[in-house]
Amino acid sequence: MENKFTVRGLNLYYGDFQALKNINIDIPEHKVTALIGPSGCGKSTFLRTLDRMQDTVEGARVEGQILFDGEDIYRRDCDVIKLRKKVGMVFQSPNPFPKSIYENIVYGPRVHGITEKKKLDEIVERTLKEVALWDETKDRLNDSALGMSGGQQQRLCIARCLAVEPEVILMDEPTSALDPVATAKIEGLMHELSKKYTIVIVTHNMQQAGRISDQTAFFLLGELLEVNPTDKIFSDPDNIKTEEYISGRFG
Amino acid sequence: MNTREKAIEKLIFICAAVSVAAVALITIFIFAQGMPAIQRVGLFRFVFGTTWSPTNGSYGILPLIAGSMAVTLGALVIGIPTGLGCAVFLSEVVTKRQAGFFRSAIELLAGIPSVVYGFFGLAIIVPLVRGLAGAVAPDAGATGLSVLSGAIILAIMILPTIVSISVNSIESVPNAYREASYALGADRRETVTKVILPAARSGIFSSIILGMGRAIGETMAVLLITGNVAVVPHSIFAPTATMTGTIAMEMSYAAPDHQQALFAIGIVLFVIIVILNGFAQVVMRRFGGAAA
Amino acid sequence: MELETQKFGTKRSESIRKQTKSKAFFGMIWVVAGITLAVLFLILGFVLVKGVPHITWTFLSQEPEMLGAEGGIFSVIVGTVAVTAMAVVIATPIGVAGAVYFNEYSKGGRVIKVIRFFTEVLAGIPSIIFGLFGFAFFVVYMNMGWSVLAGALTLTLMILPTIIRTTEESLKTVPMSYREGSLSLGATKWYTIKKVVLPCCWGGILTGVILGLGRAIGETAALMFTIGGSLNIPTSVFSSTRTMALHLYMLASEGISDEKTYATAALLIIIVLLINTSATRIGRKMTNGK
Repeated sequence: MENKFTVRGLNLYYGDFQALKNINIDIPEHKVTALIGPSGCGKSTFLRTLDRMQDTVEGARVEGQILFDGEDIYRRDCDVIKLRKKVGMVFQSPNPFPKSIYENIVYGPRVHGITEKKKLDEIVERTLKEVALWDETKDRLNDSALGMSGGQQQRLCIARCLAVEPEVILMDEPTSALDPVATAKIEGLMHELSKKYTIVIVTHNMQQAGRISDQTAFFLLGELLEVNPTDKIFSDPDNIKTEEYISGRFG
Repeated sequence: MNTREKAIEKLIFICAAVSVAAVALITIFIFAQGMPAIQRVGLFRFVFGTTWSPTNGSYGILPLIAGSMAVTLGALVIGIPTGLGCAVFLSEVVTKRQAGFFRSAIELLAGIPSVVYGFFGLAIIVPLVRGLAGAVAPDAGATGLSVLSGAIILAIMILPTIVSISVNSIESVPNAYREASYALGADRRETVTKVILPAARSGIFSSIILGMGRAIGETMAVLLITGNVAVVPHSIFAPTATMTGTIAMEMSYAAPDHQQALFAIGIVLFVIIVILNGFAQVVMRRFGGAAA
Repeated sequence: MELETQKFGTKRSESIRKQTKSKAFFGMIWVVAGITLAVLFLILGFVLVKGVPHITWTFLSQEPEMLGAEGGIFSVIVGTVAVTAMAVVIATPIGVAGAVYFNEYSKGGRVIKVIRFFTEVLAGIPSIIFGLFGFAFFVVYMNMGWSVLAGALTLTLMILPTIIRTTEESLKTVPMSYREGSLSLGATKWYTIKKVVLPCCWGGILTGVILGLGRAIGETAALMFTIGGSLNIPTSVFSSTRTMALHLYMLASEGISDEKTYATAALLIIIVLLINTSATRIGRKMTNGK
């Protein structure tokens, strides 16, 4: 099994505050890795270091190494644009642009220089089919994306992310703003996507982590306490704190 | 790609810095043009000299400062109670809907060009003041071009400034204060005058300072209605000349020395305004009132 | 209410006095608000009633004769359009870019504080000072002479803070998640601003531009020493010209013609008020529409 990401000795500071402490983890290709832990434990921060979205936060400073396909993404001459093309991100609450459904999806491809109308049309159809949104939207591609339901918006955001043909999809609590039905749809979708893509998902919902992931990482107060196959974490965790968290004693 | 982004960021930074360049250039040019006059006359004699008669070579701007102060103080005396009254009316008396209408009216007032105010003052206020002055002192032969006329028009002009900033700071007074006051048995008037206005005082204070700055800097209205006579006014019905009015009036025919003196008035005006506005900013920031 | 206070031992006369005081206080406030409204209607009514009947097609389409005592104000309208449009065209990109820097690029720190402070100072400078500066710098030092260009550049500096402020307000309303969404797809910062952030703000920018335009059209003192006041139709950016506000001042101060003065004042006020109300309209629509 290939590792998509190899993280070694990662520290992250906001000014004087250390938000991530010596993180070491491997993220295998074509698997779903879930990041769990109580609020403020650093799991979202960690996720955002993987496509360097953390760069956009003022005063954040990173030490250590993150290898993506063997290349250090924090080295000076790393092309962040190329990295983000390969590593897509889906956010906590759906954030479609205030444009049409069509324009939302072709935004990314256009960024990367695809302008041919036929090609763009193909991408729209392919990605909307991938997220099972094609039948619902094929007749109203020019309607505003803001008119869709929350679940549809989130699937659109996933489609938008797929449109640039990423290798990895980072998801930051993608269902926390959605109702149970929409959540179930997104989870089913993740299962499908994991065949083609590497997925890293932050979730608050332990059942969700159990249902969808192959590997689970438990974060607490900026430290990575345990990484293990999901089955093992939920049945026989190595760390006592993991067990306490999973059994609901804190968090 | 990366160099292009950097170049764009530089370009955008330059645009942001245009304000700095503008203020710097304005300062440099006004001072460069005006300082020779102040040096020639002497700062003290320039500011405190009691005779402004450029054609005879006397450059004392005390009468002009006095004129500016007189109309400004007059405007504040009329404008502050009116402005505060309107602010209380907007935020504490009427419903949201009615307030919307009243607010648009105040916005309209703010939008009227100053030269129109001047023209209105000349056509309406000046004759009224002439009539009033005639009733008070029939023999004085007042024209109506006076401190009072200027003060009235300036009061109307600074009203929107006072009202909008005061309303903001009154509305940012926490509702808990009102409730606490009512709970103690205070009525509406007591709540307004003893709790809300004191709580909003920093915003009100800075609105007054900003209004004052606007009144001192106003040109067209005072130019048309104060009479432009450079003497220290002895009554509210007397004509006067302000710093701004004098600059506007005399630039068109000023000889080089005279022109420098007008720029020197500009320096004094500039310094006063910057100090006033800086003061308003500090008050606002210090007390955390609503920003302008 | 009265009974209750009696029960708790307050004297009846005191309670009545308190009520009277309250009534008097709020009565005064109603009076003050009423006077303010009355003043507004008086100004508008006076200028419009006296002026509108004289705004005829001849007035609008003919060139002024005898210093404006006869004929119309066509050349003045052309001058107004030339000077203010040029000011807005120059100020808008600079102001929008400045606001983009404040809101999107600046990372706090001293430089931005200084720039912000200077922008505030610029906003507070009286127009007569702009006039003096425009004369000393653009007219004399840059050798532009009394011209459309010198006036427009002077106005540009005056309306810059307005455009910066309104644009910035509207940039602040764009959700952070839009920017993140775009960046995460591999878009650069500038591409994100150009394609996602600014399109969300066109209403706010338009409001700022229109407000700036309103201010420019009403401005007189800054133009007195920079555009010269010629009544001829400007033929180039270096021609001397006259705007409606300046024309109104000339007519009013020299008592040239009552009829033309009122007509000019009315036209000016109609244009400025139309501009300002459309600006607030757009501003309101934009904030409600989100």
